[in-house]
Amino acid sequence: MHIPDGYLSPLTYGPFWGAALVFWSVALKKMKEKLSFKHIPYMAMGAVFSFLIMMFNIPIPGGTTGHAVGAGIIALLLGPWTAVIAVSVSLIIQAIVFGDGGLTAIGANCFNMAVVMPFVSYGVFQWLRGKAVGGARLYVAAFLSGYIGLAVAAIVTGFEFGIQPLIAAGPDGRPLYAPYPLAVAVPVMALEHLLFFGLIEGLITALLLKYFVGHEPGLVYGLSRKEV
Amino acid sequence: MTSSQKKLWIGLVIMAFLSPLGILLPKKFRAGAAWGEWGPEELEKLVGYIPQGLKKWAELWRAPLPDYNLGGEGASLTVQVISYIVSGLIGIVIVGLLVYGISRMIVRSGNGK
Repeated sequence: MHIPDGYLSPLTYGPFWGAALVFWSVALKKMKEKLSFKHIPYMAMGAVFSFLIMMFNIPIPGGTTGHAVGAGIIALLLGPWTAVIAVSVSLIIQAIVFGDGGLTAIGANCFNMAVVMPFVSYGVFQWLRGKAVGGARLYVAAFLSGYIGLAVAAIVTGFEFGIQPLIAAGPDGRPLYAPYPLAVAVPVMALEHLLFFGLIEGLITALLLKYFVGHEPGLVYGLSRKEV
Repeated sequence: MTSSQKKLWIGLVIMAFLSPLGILLPKKFRAGAAWGEWGPEELEKLVGYIPQGLKKWAELWRAPLPDYNLGGEGASLTVQVISYIVSGLIGIVIVGLLVYGISRMIVRSGNGK
């Protein structure tokens, strides 16, 4: 889901850079209000976890690969605004140091994986868990929060790819940037993540939540409050 | 650092050492790049041409460790596996310190419960 340089037109990556800057500045303000010193090591660990989990490329039929992102579990444990910063830092280092995702696309990649995903995951989790603070319902809610969060992020990414042929074409009528139309890009991104990577994301989210509820129950942000 | 935090850090380091699975499994099943993350030549094989705008921007940035690979394009599998582990460890240090630094600067000591 790491869009490289050259796949998005300036007309697309520009606004996404703007959106990312707005979300980063709000996220830093929210973290200042809500987090305390005890959370700091966990923020660092959350970002590192997200960096590492994205290295586990999983092959799927069709000859492509993909991976989980970890933004859902970070949102459940530390709040979605903290996840915005944690996952963004990891994505920015992936782009600058490892060339994974383009520099021009940092705004879009952060929007998809570090904004859309944690907020969708957190929303799904709170909606499905109701008042549950343990038991099967909590972990089903956690699984689906990771599953749906990743799938929605992938669909948004597919949409960004898919609008490129509509935005820019050369004199020969060929697309200038990502060449596949919406009718291909959106279903491909959606299906890959709904059938494969989302299941892994869901499993990771549920298992890690179980670990933290068992070992550090006071930490879990998503259980101590309902709001973001 | 609490003992629970120490355990979690150890878990993350173990993840870095397991990360080569992320190149070995795709290799075993002959899977290539993720959808939408092809290099210009791969894309040309798929659609028959390299989009002009994409060509212009694709080489914008030369990352110091492209594709988590220290050995360049022709690197042996062993070099790739070691590169992956080293990249994971580098990621732990850079990402960990950056987020630690950022949160140290903004989180106030009196905050929270």
